Formats: sequence, C-alpha cells, structure tokens
Amino acid sequence: MTTVLDPTGERQVAERSRLERPASLEGKVVGLLDITKPRGDVFLDQLEQGLRRRGVADVVRFSKPTYTKPAPVDLRHEISTKCDLVIEALAD
Amino acid sequence: MTPRPSLPDGFVAVVKQDCPTCRLVEPVLVQLADAAELVAVVSQDDPAFPDLSGAGSAPECTFDDDLSISYLWDIETVPTLLRIEDGEEVERIVGWDREQWQDLTGLPDLGPGLPDWRPGCGSLSVDPLRADELAGRFSASGLRSRRVEFAELEDEFEAMYDRGWSDGLPLVPPTEARVARMLTGTTRAPDEVVAIVPPDLVECTVEKVAVNAVMAGCLPEHLPVVLSALEAACTREFNMHGLLATTFFSGPVLIVNGPIRQRLGMNSGVNALGQGNRANSTIGRALQLVVRNVGGGQPGGVDRATLGSPGKLGFCFAEDEEGSPFTPLSVARGLEPGVDAVTLFAGHGPTAIIDQKSRDPESLTRSFAAVLRANAHPKLPLKIDAVLVVSPEHGRIYREAGWGRDQLVERLDELLLLDSDELVHGAGGMAEGIPEAFAGMQLPKFRPGGLLVCHAGGGAGLFSAVLGGWVNGDEGSDPVTAPIRP
Repeated sequence: MTTVLDPTGERQVAERSRLERPASLEGKVVGLLDITKPRGDVFLDQLEQGLRRRGVADVVRFSKPTYTKPAPVDLRHEISTKCDLVIEALAD
Repeated sequence: MTPRPSLPDGFVAVVKQDCPTCRLVEPVLVQLADAAELVAVVSQDDPAFPDLSGAGSAPECTFDDDLSISYLWDIETVPTLLRIEDGEEVERIVGWDREQWQDLTGLPDLGPGLPDWRPGCGSLSVDPLRADELAGRFSASGLRSRRVEFAELEDEFEAMYDRGWSDGLPLVPPTEARVARMLTGTTRAPDEVVAIVPPDLVECTVEKVAVNAVMAGCLPEHLPVVLSALEAACTREFNMHGLLATTFFSGPVLIVNGPIRQRLGMNSGVNALGQGNRANSTIGRALQLVVRNVGGGQPGGVDRATLGSPGKLGFCFAEDEEGSPFTPLSVARGLEPGVDAVTLFAGHGPTAIIDQKSRDPESLTRSFAAVLRANAHPKLPLKIDAVLVVSPEHGRIYREAGWGRDQLVERLDELLLLDSDELVHGAGGMAEGIPEAFAGMQLPKFRPGGLLVCHAGGGAGLFSAVLGGWVNGDEGSDPVTAPIRP
C-alpha cells in the first residue's frame, strides 16, 4: 500500500468527489455493501430482489469487516471497479 | 521527529555482528559486564550477539531490528560506546581504541591480547540503501501534510491523475521518504511559510513545496531554486494571480544565474530552451505544480488561457554567463556578481530570429529590432515586455565589436522608437492599435527596463530568440530577480 503526502492546499477532502446520480438503474451494476450489523443481510436480500425486478444488469454483494470502522481502502477500490453505483445498508 | 527511545544510565554499547571490530570487542563487553559497568547492549543485526552469557552481570540486550535506536541516537559507527547520564548522552567513543575505552570506563586491562586499535564499521542506520527510508520513517512524523492512502489494487500513477494533481504528465509519488529526502535540500524549516499562493491565497509551507517538487521530479538540490522562484512569483510585482488567470499565453519563465547553474548541471547550451535537462525541466514544473495544487489554479478553472503555451508545463533555463559578451542578467538587474539568482518573467515563446548574414553589430541589431517590433503586435508600443535571448554565434559578433549589454539595449531603443502615426487605430488597414490622440509623436516599443537581454544556446546557429511577455506594470507583471536562498 502506498501512502503519499497531499500536495494540495487541503481545502477540500482528499477523497474524489461523488459521481452524479444515474437517471435510471436500467443496465447498471449495483453494489450492495453490508456494514455487518445483525440482520443487515436480510434487508439487503430484499433490496437485491427488488433491484433485479427493476432490470439492473447485476447486483454484487460486499460486506465490511466491521461496522465500527470505515470500509478498508481496498474494499472501496474493488467496489469502484466492479459497480456503477453502490448502496450501503444499515439494519439493526 | 519521532521521539528518541530511552537508554538506561551507564555505559551502552551499540554493535552489529557483521562488523569484525564488534566481534573483536565481544570479550571486552564481557569484561565490562563483569565489572557491572555495562548496562545495555544494542545489536543491529543479530539478537544473539554479543554472547554475554558468561558475564558476571546481565546487561539489558536490545535487538534494534527497526534501527530506531541507532537512527535516533545518531549512531554512525559500530561499535559505539555511549555513557548516559539522566537519560542524556554525555560521552561517546567509536571503534576500538584500548586507551580510549579504558579512559572512558575507568577500567584497566581491557581486551588483553587484542590489538591496540581497530577502526569500526558503518552503522546499519547510515547504510546508503536504507538512509532514505529511515529518514522518511523517523522524520516524517514531523511532516504535517495530510496522508493519502492508495488502495493495494490502485495504480499509484493513475491514482494521482484521478485526484487531479497532474499537469498531464506522470508524477513521482510523494511518499514520506521522498519528501523527507527532498527537505534535506534546504536549510529552511519544513513549516516555514514560503508564500501566499494564488488563486486561493493559501499559505504554502516549505513542506508543501517539497511535496510538489518530488512530484515534478526534482532532486533535493533543486529545491532552493523552486522556493526562491515561488517567493518571487507570489510578489505583488510579479502578480502570479493575474498571470494565471489571464486569457493570454504567458506563464512564469525562470532564468537562473550564478554558480548554482553548474552545481545543478543546468543547461544553458545546446537546446537551452528545450527538453532534456532534469533541472531545467523539473524546477519550472515544480513551481507550476505548486500553483496548481496548493494555490488551486487549474486550466479551465481560474486559468482562462485562450491558447496557453507549452512553456506552462514549466519554463526554466540558465544563462550562459561564461560565454557571454554581456554582464549576467541578474547583475544587470541589480544583484552582485556570483550571487545565485532567479529572474521571473511573465512570458512565453520562443519566437525565432534568423540572421545568418550580419557580421557587424549594427546590422544584427537591426534584425533583432525588426523581430522585436512585432512582439505581441507591431502596432502595440510600451505595454508588453520581452526577453531577447542572444545565442553564442550572435553574441560573438558583439564581443568582437566590443559591444556590451548597455550599448545593445541603447541601440535597440533607438531603432524601436516608433512613429505613432503607424500605430493608431486603422493605420496600415488594421483596426488594432493605439488611440488617434497619440498621433504625431514617437513612442518607444519597450518601456525603460522592459527589454531583458540574456545569453544562452548551443555553439552553432546564427539564431536568437524573443520570449514575448504579458502586459506589464500595475496592470500585469513586472519581472522580479531574487537571490536564491539555500
């Protein structure tokens, strides 16, 4: 893993800005990120079925190692390379 | 800086098994331990070395596998014997010298049978292959820039493009180790504020300049030029903000004078204004990256250039002082000879001047004047400065005729005194020009001091160059010459 020093004036957050919301889910690959709170998977199963009925190209499931910390940078990168959009779900 | 690991009071030996002198003094360490004088041993490469199992006391043995003790206690040679009092070093000796060891410890008959003297070996903490990494690791905690972590699967070069840090060319990743190493190029403190950088008017520290200098490809020794250039660029006179924001072509042009040119291996010869020399290419680029990243000035954002120019990637060259018929540019602009200096000019170019026929200075100067008259537009006087870069073959004509800088500039000023009737709106069938109210007088093409002359280029070619400027004075930019501080 490479860590570098931010070369900017640090007036903006270091993360890249969000993409625009898509106009429709048609033909999109949707990631579902389970933050691993209990029964989050039950909620996401329902969400996945609903998305598939709406004609998304695919649904890919991910889960964080722990809900207490931000998703690891590698997981975020993997999601960004595999999905057009991602839904992060919390259930408790 | 990482806090120094503590060492116990008493004698502490730092050794490595790979060092023959350290192995030689192993029995001496046993003697010191027997006398209960040795309180700790730090081994750099082998936790089982030295073997003190037979000694009468058991000193604390530390395996310094991350070299934090060695690095932060500035161990350069092994063996080193330190005397620590109240946690602070009060004395140290290096290598093996029986007399020194006996004097320091107060113990007689150390190392009987050993030679009187053996030099030590280099400490692992000063191993050239590890020095950068260690400097990065242990001094980086003093670096204040936000850390940005790339993903394992993310290509680091693409990651820097994605974050908008690049001018379009690849960047060197500014890791802690590289930035710490870059900072060794200056005596300035990393947290010293160098300038308030436009357009966002951000306080820029030496550290931030170093980060961008790493990305630009600079070496540590280039950093003082970048720092001084940034200071000069961010003055009211130079007006970096306006130069960035303008729709015009120009960007900062850096001309370096003084002995630093040779120390950095800068190019003032063949292809001086072109590619191919690391210092020339990266120093100018580093300044532009600071404006982009720290100042927030990006093309299409505050940079509104209609066409821009390739020199905006970075435009830096050295004057050929040694071969010049003229005084150096920095001296003409008020600095002492031999002082390292950088002159900033808001410009672009080059525009070619061909004259392969002139063999006397009058004829050649007329050619220069003819091309200089067209600077920005043949009908626009006074408002736009220029740099005339005289090549060696053209320079020779002035040297042989005994013309210096003043004579050349004076003659150019005479030749470039323009008849204003030719400059007014509509004259020559061109709407561009000055108001009719100025008709019937003579106007100089350049304001006093608005034509800078320097000497550079390869030994063959009867060509010189004009670097056109941006609008001058309060409305635009004045050239700034600054000494280069280490």
